[in-house]
Order: sequence, then structure tokens, then C-alpha cells
Amino acid sequence: MFKQTTSNTFIEAFRESPLGFIIGIIDYLISIIKNPKILLRNIKQQPTMASGIIIIVLMIIISLFSPILMTYDPNDVEMDDRFQPPGEKSEETGRTYWFGSDAFGRDIYSRTIDGGKVSLFIGFAVASLSVLLGAIFGSIAGYFRMIDSVLMRVMDGIMAIPSLLLAIALMMLLQPGVWTVITAIVIVDTPRMTRVARASVLSLREQVYIEAAKAVGAGYVRIIGRHIIPNLIAPLIIMGTFVAAGAMLTEAYLSFLGAGVPPSTQATWGNVMAEGRGFIHKAMWVIFYPGLFLAIAVTSINLMGDGLRDMLDPKLRRRL
Amino acid sequence: MLPYITRRVLASIPVLVVLASLTFFLLRLVPGDPATLIAGHEATPEEYQFVKENLGLDKPVHMQLWTWVSNMAQGNFGKSLRSGLPVFDLIKGRLEPTLSLTVTTQLLAMLIAIPLGVIAAWKANTIIDRLIMLFCAIAFSVPVFWLGYIFIWLFGLWAFGRDEAILPVATFVPIGEDPWEFLRHMILPVVSLGLLVLAGIARMTRASVLEVLKEDYIRTARAKGLGERIVLIRHALRNASLPIITIIGLGLAGLLSGAVVTENVYAIPGLGRMAAEAISTRDYPIIQGLIILIGAAYVYINLIIDIAYAFLDPRIRY
Repeated sequence: MFKQTTSNTFIEAFRESPLGFIIGIIDYLISIIKNPKILLRNIKQQPTMASGIIIIVLMIIISLFSPILMTYDPNDVEMDDRFQPPGEKSEETGRTYWFGSDAFGRDIYSRTIDGGKVSLFIGFAVASLSVLLGAIFGSIAGYFRMIDSVLMRVMDGIMAIPSLLLAIALMMLLQPGVWTVITAIVIVDTPRMTRVARASVLSLREQVYIEAAKAVGAGYVRIIGRHIIPNLIAPLIIMGTFVAAGAMLTEAYLSFLGAGVPPSTQATWGNVMAEGRGFIHKAMWVIFYPGLFLAIAVTSINLMGDGLRDMLDPKLRRRL
Repeated sequence: MLPYITRRVLASIPVLVVLASLTFFLLRLVPGDPATLIAGHEATPEEYQFVKENLGLDKPVHMQLWTWVSNMAQGNFGKSLRSGLPVFDLIKGRLEPTLSLTVTTQLLAMLIAIPLGVIAAWKANTIIDRLIMLFCAIAFSVPVFWLGYIFIWLFGLWAFGRDEAILPVATFVPIGEDPWEFLRHMILPVVSLGLLVLAGIARMTRASVLEVLKEDYIRTARAKGLGERIVLIRHALRNASLPIITIIGLGLAGLLSGAVVTENVYAIPGLGRMAAEAISTRDYPIIQGLIILIGAAYVYINLIIDIAYAFLDPRIRY
């Protein structure tokens, strides 16, 4: 017998369809409100996944309320307060920097909060865009065997380039900014998504219901849109969490190598650290705090992805 | 065996051609004149001319592509825009530190990660397994350069309150010059880069061994009274080795990306440092050369791994 758990309805719903998935989540939330013990039991069952979800939700809430939570303007230069240590009241201006200040006297705490918003957004945007593109390309490659070999060779070619070097090369050609960083990382990550999607499509297209859809005269667009893509959602969402985590790290690496979002216009976790690296000997807090937040965020997302994978698709474990 | 190897080597050629063409078109896809883009808007007419001739931009596109590919086949990757020296020679000169760093890291990571993964699988779903996997999840997620700077601060600057640094935090000493100093200089870079690699291998080892432990022959081995150690190593790990080796090959790209970052943290004069320098001076031929060489190395290392399968596992016959 299968071990019955309360979250089973949610998993089943997820397997069924994306709409069912959303209904499943709502269902689950209602059951938690009715009986909070369910939440505790589920946290006990999947402690690492639960803590990952809690931390990442907290970070998203912090980002949403960042204007209220920031103590100073993150881009406010205060040259009298260069390299103020964390928590000490400045004699010059009387300001207190919770996480210290950087080479321009900017508040690291506010920059960390403000930068987190952008870093999380980059992770989310890259994951959703590459999931979408991966699903489209993967369906095409898996469904139309003629296009498959050409498309997959191009993807192999892209995948042969170390992702960081490719992202750097792309950034050298684009105007540096948040959206170009997203574009560069999406180009780097889409081939991997395409691979996962294609592998799933190859097994899906042999299913009886696809044949049935064909028999009743459904066209390619309808079969791919209505029958193939909805069934790709589970593996792609799992991949998507890992891509989101990776994208946030890549953003930091790009900034670190001088090819990311310019720090003068918008703080990100990566570029705050990149600016601090020359001053590690006298102000290690500039690099320490944003990096700590980034490490915690990425760990949480990865733990969430691990948990989802174990719950939804144990077979995928071998492919990742 | 031989036909399989030939087929795989031939199959890698289209990938390399795609790789080379991608790098070729990367510069030409951008609207405007690539020569201006590369030389910069403040370039003198001489610089502009040098760039234009260097890239052969005065010829039609298909001729340019042909020259580009045939030059590369002969090991001619163009000249650096800043120093005027051949890119291939420049890359060759920077190879040793990167190789030392990546090989040492890979070996050390494997040495620790595989036992760790086997233990986690053996003790699956116990507190030991949970702790190992949590450690791996964290190691997998911590930014390499952040960890690098924390180490520099811990062991070099703050040094636990001591007056002098505990470990050297910068530069590289070739192994042929002074093996002891080489090791001392390698410790911090290898640890900060190695954690990432270690986590990937340990996770795959656990998943793969866990799968094998469900097999009937493991039960048979235990039933006939073999010791746990022999069951785990000779029966489980050996049969689980293929996915582990695959992830080691695939992880190589991540290792190289990590090396680019690590070298810049610890001022190691390897390919990664070269890449960062080329970015800041906008030296496109160097970036192109690095992409192609590293990409080709990646393709061929994975090819060698595929072929190695057949030697490791006598059941595989191509």
C-alpha cells in the first residue's frame, strides 16, 4: 500500500493539470487554515523543503515591502560616511548603518534589501522565460523529427560553451542592464530546458491519447498546446527552480566579472559584492551581507526544488 | 568498438561547427559595423583598419566564415586586439595554472564526494543522510567568489586574530618550481571551488547508489553473508558508477566557469583571469578563442567519458 499523506491531493492535482495544480494549492491552503496541524505534519515530513519555501517566501515579502523596510535611499552617496562598520553610529552624520556602509557611504542594508528585489526578479524571470522557451522548442524538437536533429545540434553547440563564458560574451554585445542580463542567462539556460522537455515529449507522443487526438482530427498546434505542453509542466517546474537558483548565481558572477547590471543605476546582490571586493581588507561587510542573503536564497530555492522533485517525479532524479 | 569511436568522433564535428559558427555570428548579429563595435567609437583610423583587416570584414560573409573556420582548423585564432600577439599562444601561456587548479579540485572533490554519497545512500533517510544532503545543498548554492573572499578574510586578513596570514591568499606557484608552496597556494582556491563540484558528485552518487541498492543482487550479496563494505563498494558503487562518471564529465563546464571566478578572486594568472582582462579591455578575439577552445575541450572530454563507459562496464557493447 502507498503511504497516505495529507499532501497527496496536492501532488495528484499537480500531476493532473496546471489548473488542477492551482486548485490543489488553494485546497491545501484551506485545509491548513481549517487545521493548522496539517502544516506542522507536512513540515515534519519534508523539513528541508518546508524551510526552503518559508525562507524564500519571507525574502519575497521583504522585497515587496522594500520601500518601507529600507532605512536609507540605497543609492544615496554620503562621502563622510565611507566604510562605516555595521551597527555603529556615525560621528559625522549621526546615521547608523545596520550592515555598514561602502566606499561611497551608501547603506549596505538598504542596498541588500533593494538588490535582493532585483536578484530575485532575475531568477524568477529567467526561470519562467526559459521554461516557456524550453517547452516550445522541446515540443517542436520532440514532435517534428525533421527539425529535431538541426535544432538539437544547435542546442548542443550552445551547451558546449561554458555557461558563464557565453553569458559574458553576450553581455559584451548588449547594453548592460537588468533585462540584458536576463536575456543573456535565458539564452544560456534554454538549451538545457529544451533537452528535458524534448525527452518528455518523446515519451508523451507515443501515448494513446495523443493518437486519439490525432484520430479526431486535431492539428499540431492543438495537440502541442492542449496535450503536450500541459504534461510537461511538472518536470519543467522542477527544472525551473534549479534554473532560478542558477540564474541568481550567474547574475552575481557576471557582476563580479564586470559584465552585469551597472551598480550606479541599480543595486543587485552581485554588483554590491563586486564593488566591495577591492575593499575586503577594511570593509568585509560590503561583500559579506549581500553574499549571505544570496547564499541563503539560492540554498532555499534548491531545497525547494529537491523536495518538489522527490515528491512529484522520482524518476527525474536520474536525469538531473 | 572502433566503429563506435569513429562514429562518435564524426558526430562531434557538427557540434564543433555549430560552436564555431555561433561564436562567428555572435559579433555579426549585432546591428551596426562590428569593426566599430570592437574598436570602440573613440578608435583612431589606424586602429579601425587593424580591426577590420584582423577580422577580414572587407570580404563577403561566406568568405569570412570560411576563413574563420579554416583558420581555426589550423590553430590560428587571430590576434589579440590589445597586444597584437596570436590568441593561441596567449592561451597556451595561461593554461598551466588553470589546469592545476581544475585537476586538483576535481580529484579532491571526487575523493571526498564519492564516499560521502555512498554513506548517504547507505544511511538513506536517517539523520546522517539528511545532514550530508543539507551540506551538499548549501555547498551547491554558495557563490564561489563570496566563499573565496570569506576565506581570504578568515585565513589571510583577520587570520583568527593572528599577526600574519595563515595561508597565502593570492598568486600561483607552478608545481615544478616548488611543490610545497604550490600546495599551500592551492588550498584556498581548491576548497572554495571544490565544494561546488563535491556537492554535485555527492548528490549524484547518492541517487545512483540508492537505485542500485534496491536491486535483487544486492539482497543476494547480503544474504550470502558478504560484509557491508564489500556489498557497498564492490556491488553497489561499481554498478552505480556510470551516472557518477557522467555527472563528473558534465560538471566540467561548471568547474571551468567556477575556475574563471576563482582565479579572479585569488589572482591566479590562468585562463579565467585572462577572460576577465579581455572583458575589461573588450578584446573580442581572446574571448572567442577561449570559448572555442574550452567548448571543444568540453565536447571531447565527454566523448572520452562515453568511450570509457565501455571499458568500465563490460556489459556495454556498441
